[in-house]
Amino acid sequence: MRVGVIRFPGSNCDRDVYHALKLVGAKPEYIWWDLEDLSYLDAVIIPGGFSYGDYLRAGAIAAITPVMDGVRELVKEEKPVLGICNGAQILAEVGLVPGVFTVNQYPKFNCKWTKLKVKTTRTPFTSLYKKDEIIRMPIAHAEGRYYTDNIQELWDNDQVVLQFYSENPNGSIDGITGVCDKSGLVCAVMPHPERASEAILGSDDGIKFFKGIIEYINRG
Amino acid sequence: MKFNVEVRIKLKKGMLNPEAATIQRALALLGYEVENTNTMDIITFTMEEDNMKKVEEEVEDMCQRLLCNPVIHDYQITIKPED
Repeated sequence: MRVGVIRFPGSNCDRDVYHALKLVGAKPEYIWWDLEDLSYLDAVIIPGGFSYGDYLRAGAIAAITPVMDGVRELVKEEKPVLGICNGAQILAEVGLVPGVFTVNQYPKFNCKWTKLKVKTTRTPFTSLYKKDEIIRMPIAHAEGRYYTDNIQELWDNDQVVLQFYSENPNGSIDGITGVCDKSGLVCAVMPHPERASEAILGSDDGIKFFKGIIEYINRG
Repeated sequence: MKFNVEVRIKLKKGMLNPEAATIQRALALLGYEVENTNTMDIITFTMEEDNMKKVEEEVEDMCQRLLCNPVIHDYQITIKPED
């Protein structure tokens, strides 16, 4: 079970994601941004960080790298792809998930624990949660305000994955902070499940994101 | 032939611009009561091409593929042949 962890210059949650994947028994490996053929992998995670210094827009430059062509091919092969934080911004820039994650309503870097509601369990990453389950995971971003010009379509297609619960710390539309593509296999979330993957970190609510990948692959 | 290119990138009308809102509040702190504060990005470069039309096509392509995010941005391209 080989899960790729993509690294760009400026990625900084790669080792945390690698560790979380180890915890659930996956075989993680780091993938550099210039690798184009990812077909040997079973799944891919794009971790958080500040790829290319967030120049232009968060995720904009990572979005045009060769590895993202490889990710597009993986999506065609129906393999799961998860983007966390900067990874989510990149998936939105590439257009693999709808909408955009842009500057927070109150424009500062916001790093805190948040309560979240799991809105769909049809993605591999959320399949082990219950619908509307409240979980705790941290956010850490300055550009995380979700916006789409077609919000109704997102709800109609069951593409909302995570929603802030009891507060909206960045001004996202409908408090949305995790979305997926129509298939549910490509998932982009601003909160960090890897930073909530062990009790010692303050919560292990996020570990099911990674367990879910294993379960999905095992089911074949 | 050399061309000077300028791309102005603005948020679409109605999009929240937290940076501009913060600047406007800061100006108010200094006693300046202003309205409709806006910010935009300006990217300039020069490029060598046979003719203006070719430059227009290429810069348009750059905007779509990298410089702008069509979900939230409007952009304006200005091209001038270098003297």
